[in-house]
Amino acid sequence: MFAPFIEALRREGLPVSVTEYLTLMQAMRAGVANYDIEDFYHLARATLAKDERYLDRFDRAFAEAFKGLEPPPAAAGDDLRPDLPEEWLRKLMEKFLGAEELAKIEKLGGFDKLMDTLRQRLAEQRGRHQGGNKWIGTAGTSPFGAYGANPEGVRIGQDRSRLRRAVKVWDKREFRDLDSDMELGIRSLKLALRRLRRFAREGAATELDLPSTIRDTARNAGSLELRMVAERRNAVKVLLLLDIGGSMDDHVRESAELFSAARAEFKHLVSFYFHNCPYERLWTANRRRADNMLPTEQVLRTYGPDYKLILVGDATMSPYEITHEGGSVEHWNAESGAVWLQRLTSHFRRAAWLNPRPRQSWREDGSVGLIHEFMEGRMYPLTLSGIETMTRDLVH
Amino acid sequence: MSFRSTERYIATRDLEVAVNAAVTLERPLLVKGEPGTGKTVLAHEVAASLGRHLIEWHIKSTTRAQQGLYEYDAVSRLRDGQLGDARVHDIRNYIIPGKLWQAFISPEPVVVLIDEIDKADIEFPNDLLLELDRMTFHVYETGETVTARHRPVVIITSNNEKELPDAFLRRCFFHYIRFPDRPTMQRIVDAHYPNLRSDLAREALEVFFRLRDVPGLKKKPATSELLDWLKLLMAEDMPAEALRAKEGQSAIPPLHGALLKNEQDVHLFERLAFLNRRNA
Repeated sequence: MFAPFIEALRREGLPVSVTEYLTLMQAMRAGVANYDIEDFYHLARATLAKDERYLDRFDRAFAEAFKGLEPPPAAAGDDLRPDLPEEWLRKLMEKFLGAEELAKIEKLGGFDKLMDTLRQRLAEQRGRHQGGNKWIGTAGTSPFGAYGANPEGVRIGQDRSRLRRAVKVWDKREFRDLDSDMELGIRSLKLALRRLRRFAREGAATELDLPSTIRDTARNAGSLELRMVAERRNAVKVLLLLDIGGSMDDHVRESAELFSAARAEFKHLVSFYFHNCPYERLWTANRRRADNMLPTEQVLRTYGPDYKLILVGDATMSPYEITHEGGSVEHWNAESGAVWLQRLTSHFRRAAWLNPRPRQSWREDGSVGLIHEFMEGRMYPLTLSGIETMTRDLVH
Repeated sequence: MSFRSTERYIATRDLEVAVNAAVTLERPLLVKGEPGTGKTVLAHEVAASLGRHLIEWHIKSTTRAQQGLYEYDAVSRLRDGQLGDARVHDIRNYIIPGKLWQAFISPEPVVVLIDEIDKADIEFPNDLLLELDRMTFHVYETGETVTARHRPVVIITSNNEKELPDAFLRRCFFHYIRFPDRPTMQRIVDAHYPNLRSDLAREALEVFFRLRDVPGLKKKPATSELLDWLKLLMAEDMPAEALRAKEGQSAIPPLHGALLKNEQDVHLFERLAFLNRRNA
């Protein structure tokens, strides 16, 4: 009877298998959750969702599969509200729609009806996105579009901050977090990155040092003299800066794969995010918000020159964003991107820029050439061979 | 016999269900959650409430799965061999049982805590798959097979430093200890300090939750920090008024060392306090 539920979970992307299903059945038979929907919810969650990043998706699938039953407390109501403040939408519409259009909306059944349809549309859109399509922003399927409520008005909007907030609100749900792992083709990337490894003996002496033991035993006239040595460990340190958003949308998969491979490969891996070009601040999470901002100064202070710096970005922007103060598209930057790039490359002696765009197209944009120049030629395509060349250059 | 909140440990309903499922089906329970939300304490409480002995296995970065089963101390044997010790003829003298072996041969059922499994090498959980599933392993040196007399309740904690393999996760129940909300926190505080003055508790919780809301803190204070801090406040006999941040006054709570654990956070806080004062 739970087959549709399991299917719903798999649709949401939870790696649920027969093993877990059987465990759930077993637990039910053992009477762990005795005819109580809430206990059943808790039990199913403990059995089927094995990581906290799946909990939200689990709640959604649960709510969907057991619609009509008493909803679980955590699954109810939190679907839309935190993402879409209703008054905000209402205000936005009033701002951008003329009297005539508002009248049309009335004809469609009024604002509330429209909101309902919009809500439904949003739910659908999320489903499609997880099926592997682009998220709302880049695909250009604005939820408003289908109802003729002037999508251009929302998009072009004179009030920039309002527009940007709009993007953030959608992104909150749709942005694929680079932190999640991707199975696709990361093995080959891992192998390529493996060249960066540098072994050093660190920590407590736990291994038998055979040559020294033999030498000292011989010296000791044959009575045993043990010598221990610390284990070999990968001591390479990597600082990864990832460009996010904007023109990087097309390259999200490659970046995610790289990130995933690097995370598994290096023990000392630190990553930050930037937009187009690094300036005086970086972000610790790909949701670039004020509360996870970090001054670049601090990054320079915290991570020593022994870190290898790898920037990942398409370097596609207006040249002013690199060369001029205040060139950033998002804020007023007192010092140009070029200054910050130079600071980064002079602090981290081993630095490289990985570009997901194919090498042939680098000449099309002036900004790519500029970055190439500031990186002193150390720009590589984000391909297997590119990474291999990069690792070789980073080591020597 | 099932697990419930105790006088000292407040468990939410979902935690109770997860623990009972793990106990009933005799499968490992994987517990994750912010540091300081009581993951390790949970194992102690489960053991206490089931009336069983607890065997703790704390994992470090150098821990290998084999160490949980047994270790063959070849080096002592070699040394004994040189000294002509009679013990050397029996290899059993050099097989040191690990925590899991101890748990398996225990005459009564026990609870095993595998603490911070993510500290170990990435292959560590995979190496324990079979042992945790079948609760049996083979000792190659002596040729014997150790099988659990009673399947122990295994509680595993993780701080998310490394991803755990899927095959491992499939065999576990999972519970994520969410940060307690205010009423739960109130119950936790009451459970630990029944004599705490209610006005002080209220003010302290107020300060604590406000502190957690400060954006950009590197390490948000958690339950264990709050409990330590309350203990300090009680020891100092701090009046509740001292905690109340008056308009434009310093926002740094007294004895903040118990709550903020690194100098960047303290610094951030001092800067915020300074801004507050200036605005006032």
